[in-house]
Amino acid sequence: MDHLDQLEAQSIYIFREAFARLKKIALLWSLGKDSNVMIWLARKAFFGRMPFPALHVDTGKKFPEMYRFRDHYGKEWDLDLRVEPCPPIDAVDPTLPPAARSAARKTEGLKMALAKYGFDGLIAGIRRDEEATRAKERVFSPRGLEGNWDVRDQPPEFWDHFNASPPQGAHLRIHPILHWTEADIWAYTKRENIPIIPLYLAKDGKRYRSLGDQDITNPVNSTASSIDEILVELEQTKVPERAGRALDHETEDAFERLRVAGYL
Amino acid sequence: MNMIVTPASPATPNGTTRPQVRIVIVGHVDHGKSTLVGRLLHETGSLPDGKLEMLKAVSARRGMPFEWSFLLDALQTERDQGITIDTTQIRFRTNSRDIVLIDAPGHAEFLRNMITGASQADGAVLIIDALEGVRDQTRRHGYLLHLLGVKQVAVVVNKMDRVDFSADRFKDISDEISAHLNGLGVTPTAVIPISARDGDGVAERTDRIGWYKGPTVVEALDRLEPARPLEALALRLPVQAIYKFDDRRIVAGRIESGSLIAGDEIVIMPAGKIAKIKTVESWPVTPVAGRQGAGRSVGITLDRELFIERGDIVAHAGTAPRETRRLRARIFWLHDKPLAKGDQLLVRCGPKESRATVVAIEKAVDPGELSSSENKAIGRNHVGEIDISLSNPIATDPYTENPRTGRLVIEVSGRIAGGGLVLSVDAGQRAVPVDIVPVESALRPDERSARYRHNGAVVWLTGLPASGKSTLAKALERRLFTNGGSPILLDGDTLRAGLNSDLGFSAADRSENIRRLAEVATHLARNGHIAIVAAVSPAREDRAAARRIADTAFREIHVATPAEVCEDRDPKGHYKKARAGALASFTGIGNDYEAPQAAELVIDTSKRTVAEAADEIEQMLKTSGVLFDELVDLAANI
Repeated sequence: MDHLDQLEAQSIYIFREAFARLKKIALLWSLGKDSNVMIWLARKAFFGRMPFPALHVDTGKKFPEMYRFRDHYGKEWDLDLRVEPCPPIDAVDPTLPPAARSAARKTEGLKMALAKYGFDGLIAGIRRDEEATRAKERVFSPRGLEGNWDVRDQPPEFWDHFNASPPQGAHLRIHPILHWTEADIWAYTKRENIPIIPLYLAKDGKRYRSLGDQDITNPVNSTASSIDEILVELEQTKVPERAGRALDHETEDAFERLRVAGYL
Repeated sequence: MNMIVTPASPATPNGTTRPQVRIVIVGHVDHGKSTLVGRLLHETGSLPDGKLEMLKAVSARRGMPFEWSFLLDALQTERDQGITIDTTQIRFRTNSRDIVLIDAPGHAEFLRNMITGASQADGAVLIIDALEGVRDQTRRHGYLLHLLGVKQVAVVVNKMDRVDFSADRFKDISDEISAHLNGLGVTPTAVIPISARDGDGVAERTDRIGWYKGPTVVEALDRLEPARPLEALALRLPVQAIYKFDDRRIVAGRIESGSLIAGDEIVIMPAGKIAKIKTVESWPVTPVAGRQGAGRSVGITLDRELFIERGDIVAHAGTAPRETRRLRARIFWLHDKPLAKGDQLLVRCGPKESRATVVAIEKAVDPGELSSSENKAIGRNHVGEIDISLSNPIATDPYTENPRTGRLVIEVSGRIAGGGLVLSVDAGQRAVPVDIVPVESALRPDERSARYRHNGAVVWLTGLPASGKSTLAKALERRLFTNGGSPILLDGDTLRAGLNSDLGFSAADRSENIRRLAEVATHLARNGHIAIVAAVSPAREDRAAARRIADTAFREIHVATPAEVCEDRDPKGHYKKARAGALASFTGIGNDYEAPQAAELVIDTSKRTVAEAADEIEQMLKTSGVLFDELVDLAANI
């Protein structure tokens, strides 16, 4: 088994545990490279189908390429796709800095979707290597009734034994690719021939390393116009993956505040 | 444990092959773990651009000198408290290895996080402050590494600058910790004097520690071995689920050890059922050819339909795990309430869960003191050895024989409260079923159906004592027999007089009682009979287990006669005795009966005659496909 085989097998194990131990789960599909790999892994875990919905919490501010991708592959992959809107910006905590506030709409949209469907588990494509607060996550991460994350009181996880009993009305975040890195995602995308949104590939000396909302995501300088070139770039670069995400740079703890409140 | 060590060989994006080693860093709070990690990242060129500058800015803003540990303690709360709260995983490279560094917090309050980190590690770095020397927490961490089976430990004596790089001071600490670890059966791979803040001994042997001839920290990390290969052990495939998304019935799970290939003879434990692997299924290409080894998440199909459930273990006949309801385990306890004899728990061994009772606390140790306390209870953050009895049989291995299946965790109120290693299993109840090959009946189910004009079924009557279950069961038995069917009564009390006479009335024994009733009833149902079970079966979970065993043959009838009517009837005098306190563990007084939520039928015998109730049951059996239509005509003629 090579490194990618190991990652794949571990993620499949997590998917199957989530499906076996929770009553009503959904996969959060943000249309980006990570959640596309997740859908692929789910289909591997369940032999060709994803036996739960794909939830797109839509800010309405994604790139047109992303919406095209969603509509095309939602059908081609035979997903039970649920697109849920987010509330307007006025409904969001005004003390947050602008980009974080814009991103926080997604947290509110997520809460609305949770209330609407009664999911007890949400599968999310976060990775430890993306960002420091994500590095602290559990594979099965309990959320409070308000969707909040209590970083000081996380249950222990031993040896792939996960806590899967959220309190009544609360839910779990399940992180099947927590242990992957950005390079792993690209190497696997290439190996499995998983479709990607072209915005990730360089055009005119720029490409997106991480795709979010149009208003708060910027491309980085790059000449990598294929996955192979991206992998070489990642070997050499010291620019962090989320460099193009505005909200990460507003204040020291903006991202942490968002995540404690329930952001991904 | 004797296992051949070959490096795991992940290919890296640049095409080279480097082993990956997972290392946990542990030690007393403030002994400098985060500083060492920060320094290691810097020395190995693993920091992203701008990170150093950012840290300098953060430090300056707080009016503090530069602090390496800020690199990891990225959370606001951590910066405020100056401690590391949770496990963080960081990657970097030495000359020959990819290292995944698991930073574990040292503060006593957060020991559970340390366990979470250490349980995934191939090796460990134990850090000690040269000034403070070996502390309780140091000893405790050493003990925990031992407990979790981490055998490779590099010891780092930090802050040597505070003791003027004294070789004598280093030797004292080195001797003390080596003796402690040796006492636990762990030989340190190195003991290294360093100053993490200044960099001495981390990547370079500086003049200040010129007297030290051993490896640097980076060199010591370079020498740790990757995880042991599990393929050489016997096959263990714990079943996570059975999927029937299409016409395939796929048994899915991860191969924890050994390997398998289509055509293998396998045994499903703990039941001991034998089958052959027909195919190994996959996606997008299926079936897959070739041998599948440890670590793979797979799906298999079998050459015959067997009842398999989540938590069963697929093994090879001849090297199957032991089946047991009793085991000894060494555990680490994390819960606020101490673990005591008689406690009821939920034990998870892989995907298998079972309710359990603590039969005895054989040892309770404070790993800080390493002294045995009284054997009454295991306190929070203490370690102990316990003897537990399980309500369901499970298949497991002692940890020394299989580190993957010889582990368990304990849940309290839905949350992991402890975990540990299986020391031994008491498999005396029955031989390892290497020779058990179920013999199929000479008759096909449809041959019997044609004669009896019904399919096999398990009709399960549950309800309070004296609710009328046995009376109804007998009436139904008579009715079905008169109509030419083959009903068989399995009364709970009757079976307790024989088959189940070894069982009492504890929760665990009650579960086992129900399991056996369900197994016998299911066997009868598979052979075309209608097994009518009349049993209080108060626990919803036990009845759910019975339904899983009987599967589509199961029909649950809740005899929902009001409690006061039952007590008024009291044909066996049980209520009277219980009220007088002469009958312990009697269901009916108190609230221990869990009524079904989705029974196929609910009957209140205080509002129905026995004949009317039997009519209702008969009707339900017709509409749910147990009784055939012809029976309606036949019944009308009688």
